[in-house]
Amino acid sequence: MKRRAFIKTAVPAAVIPSLIGGFTFEAIGATSWLSALTAANTETDHVLVLIQLNGGNDGLNTVIPIDQYSNLSLARSNIILPENKILPLAGFAATGLHPAMTGLKTLFDEGKLAVLQSVGYPSPNYSHFRATDIWLTASDSNQVLSSGWAGRYLNEEYPNFPVGYPNATMPDPLAIQIGSVVSPGLQGPGANMGMAISDPNNFYNLINGVQDAAPNTPAGKELTYIRQVTQQTQQFATVIKAAAAKVTQQVPYPTSNNLANQLKIVSRLIAGGLKTRIYMVSIGGFDTHAGQVDATQKESGFHASLLKKVSDAIKAFQDDLTYLKVANRVVGMTFSEFGRRVKSNSSGGTDHGAAAPLFVFGDPVKGGVLGTNPVIGRTVNEYDNLPMQHDFRSVYASLLQNWFCVPTSTLNNVMLKNFQPLDLIKPSYTCPVGGVITNPNLNAGKKLISNYPNPFTGSTTIQIITSAGYTLVQVFNIQGQLIKVLHDGVMTAGTHQLTFEDEGWGPGIYYARLQNGSIQQMRTLVIAR
Amino acid sequence: MDQPFAKSSTSFRTASGLNPYTGVFGKDALIHLLKRSGFGAKPSDIQALSSLSLAQVIAKILTQPSSAPTPPVNVYNDANYTDPDVPYGQTWINAPYTDGTANYWREVSFKAWWTGLMIQEEQSCLEKMVLFWHNHFATQLVEIGYARYAYLNNILIRNRALGNFKTLVKEITLDAAMLNYLNGQYNTKTAPDENYARELQELFTLGKGPNSQYTEDDVKAAARVLTGYRINAQAQGYFDSTRHDTANKQFSSFFGNTIIGGKTGAAGATELDELLNMIFANDEVALYICRRIYRYFVYYEIDAATENNVIVPLAAIFRQNNYEIKPVLAALFASEHFFDPLNRGCVIKSPVELTVGLCREFEVVFPNKTTNALNAFYMCGYVQSVASNLQQNIGDPPNVAGWPAYYQEPQFYEIWINADTLPKRNQFTDRFAGSGYTRNGSTILIDPIAFADGLSNPADPNALIADSLAMMYSIPVSQALKDFLKTILLSGQSTDIYWTSAWTDYKNNPSNASFYKIVLTRLLSFYKYLMNLAEYQLT
Repeated sequence: MKRRAFIKTAVPAAVIPSLIGGFTFEAIGATSWLSALTAANTETDHVLVLIQLNGGNDGLNTVIPIDQYSNLSLARSNIILPENKILPLAGFAATGLHPAMTGLKTLFDEGKLAVLQSVGYPSPNYSHFRATDIWLTASDSNQVLSSGWAGRYLNEEYPNFPVGYPNATMPDPLAIQIGSVVSPGLQGPGANMGMAISDPNNFYNLINGVQDAAPNTPAGKELTYIRQVTQQTQQFATVIKAAAAKVTQQVPYPTSNNLANQLKIVSRLIAGGLKTRIYMVSIGGFDTHAGQVDATQKESGFHASLLKKVSDAIKAFQDDLTYLKVANRVVGMTFSEFGRRVKSNSSGGTDHGAAAPLFVFGDPVKGGVLGTNPVIGRTVNEYDNLPMQHDFRSVYASLLQNWFCVPTSTLNNVMLKNFQPLDLIKPSYTCPVGGVITNPNLNAGKKLISNYPNPFTGSTTIQIITSAGYTLVQVFNIQGQLIKVLHDGVMTAGTHQLTFEDEGWGPGIYYARLQNGSIQQMRTLVIAR
Repeated sequence: MDQPFAKSSTSFRTASGLNPYTGVFGKDALIHLLKRSGFGAKPSDIQALSSLSLAQVIAKILTQPSSAPTPPVNVYNDANYTDPDVPYGQTWINAPYTDGTANYWREVSFKAWWTGLMIQEEQSCLEKMVLFWHNHFATQLVEIGYARYAYLNNILIRNRALGNFKTLVKEITLDAAMLNYLNGQYNTKTAPDENYARELQELFTLGKGPNSQYTEDDVKAAARVLTGYRINAQAQGYFDSTRHDTANKQFSSFFGNTIIGGKTGAAGATELDELLNMIFANDEVALYICRRIYRYFVYYEIDAATENNVIVPLAAIFRQNNYEIKPVLAALFASEHFFDPLNRGCVIKSPVELTVGLCREFEVVFPNKTTNALNAFYMCGYVQSVASNLQQNIGDPPNVAGWPAYYQEPQFYEIWINADTLPKRNQFTDRFAGSGYTRNGSTILIDPIAFADGLSNPADPNALIADSLAMMYSIPVSQALKDFLKTILLSGQSTDIYWTSAWTDYKNNPSNASFYKIVLTRLLSFYKYLMNLAEYQLT
């Protein structure tokens, strides 16, 4: 078990710098990361399914801000959907879905789909690889973590894995990756928490016969790793086969749809009784630099067919979960490493961008649209991006807290900071303790952040109205980079004023973002020439 | 992605550096060199090179072959499909794009052809480096959709794999496959496309090491330098000055605030040279490439000692030699670090190393590629498809960063092995130590008798085991394991003489079916078992 010894020394190095680096949303408190190793498991039969859209999904061609249509069609005339084809969302008439996503529209109408607007993080990175790492590790833009957020969560729940697993309380894999490559998101501080399978019926006998002790060399480290995979594969093969065998009938899934094939396996394993908490599936092709729509019929084409696959697959999966009577146990979410540029390019595509919408779905999910439509200016430059409204780590934190019932102290060890919780889970499903969420719509319609003068030169006064509690005020430039933190800490209830100085930022549009408990609002600031 | 100093947690890394290896260059050192610099070590190569010195072997494997490979040909026409533009037996490499089906068959042909070159290679590091550069300058056929581009890209890499890196970068920039894959052909003054400009810096030259501080604005400026390149009907990149951005391009302080002056007309193409000169003036280029080479040939973990004792001096050699690749490889392969016992056996075989390596180390007999081209194509195509199933599909890496095993912290090579792929690896080796793969009357499989017959003393089970382990494993094993292995050869009997007489009987009566069967089944079980153990996945 030399690998474990290695892991133990590796953990603090991996975690501690992230606690001191960057600005904190809330002090981590006295809870040591070590306490987590002895924390009791949380008892839950809840399951989370993560659907990764590889390549950077064009959010503005997925969830369309209908009230911005005229400016949007100026910015992307060669790819914009015909307005009359957009599927408007009931109760949110200004927001619509791409016409290929009829399945998700149905889920929305049934109150099982949450649309989160403009999800991102401060100072977005435009490299696929770095941005993917940021999403999977839940790091800050300028911070490098070697463990994944889901891996850290499972490490808290099942300390010491893989040593001592499987066991009576956890006979099943902690996380399953459908496919042949385990996502870095499932990488724990030491061991990888995920198991890759592509066919739950077909396992091959592996030999684990006479074994030499692994030497204390790099070769020994790799040898131990391969032997561990051998052992786990053998142990888990039986339970997976048994689970799959229990489910003999499923609803029809769309054909020629690889995502649907993957989700079909997931629902089968869930209904077959695996205690596995996290499943990861993925679909690629979203890096639509060129030819993303059909030039003559812009509602169809390459991106439309991808969105149709995603929507059809999720709809069939949800129907299947209902049919198999496990829909009350499952929540799913989509994510992609970034959205795409507001302005389209001349090759009929879009370059790497920043914030984008994501979907959270399932019976337990509180349906609706969270956040407001992004505002599209009349003139959009090719490098302009959408500012973030929701930090993607708020989505993870909310699901951990309100779906997996992770206590706050543990949550800090996983997310490494405190993030604004979002109202994603229906009240009937929320956890018995903790996780008290203020209704984010409580103050809907009230202008909680304003400024004067605007446009301004020199400086402007930002006025915020807060409830008592933790408050964050940030300013972003039009490329989404965080340029200033005006306040980061607890405030009393009431009206407060802050000053934002032009420290040479240059004329243009800026966004001030207020986060107060679960409330967030944006304000556009203009520095005049 | 590239965090060279992130980990120094293991006590078992070594402080040895680039000083020349002065230990004995015996058989085990030769095998180590051949396995790392190529795919598996062929018994005939071990034999042929065993009288040479380390320097002589290195000089030999780094020699660019004098002749180019014969191009892939159409052997895929059959009762169900006929390529409308390419007659049977003719090459398709100059044929225009016909349709998706023709292209599909040409892609299959391309990948099988390439796999064949790896399997048949003689005493050279070339194929290993071709795959290295393919991983480095990754392009995906599934995105490009034109087999001809992939073939030309492969030939380009093949010609430069052991040549000059800076020249290679320039040629890759103008390569049709790359201009297509990263949208260079759509990068124009009116609509700059940053795709290639970003990867040129992030993945191809500077990397994302801690001191690689190019900015987002540098990506945009480089994209403007690179405006105007297109692909002609002959699948060659060319410069179209009417699409070129002729304004000046300003770079950040990381590049010394360089301004690349905008140029009109044909002179616009010279801005690329200025861009590359500017990038290559930075020490990060050599450091980054040497780290990539290190992770490919030695081990993935680069701690402070390795950085200082290996990477930094290797990078200095790279720069002193104007980015010639050969001196870097020569210095690495000749170093005490390369032969350090702590660096042996710690590479988890990639799927190509496993599949091609097995064919080579057992000298699996393939159908003749001239006289039985169709079956040679089927067999090589099969080996390629197995590697693809194991997650290394040559011609189609997962994305522009190549295979995660060479960059993804913290797992690196371990990513190749999981609950899905490890059983598949075992299925592959079991098949070759069993009935093999058969199609159209040809079969490829391990001939364990021929393999054993090439060892020093196959009649002695102890020598047979020791020699086999030396060829197939890269780490030593215990006497307990050797004892167990012997029980396979002896079918549970306890005296060596049973094996010796079985072998001798067969050798004296090779046509006796019963004697043949006795040694065959035992050797197959023996080699199958060896390949089932975790040790076989290491090299």
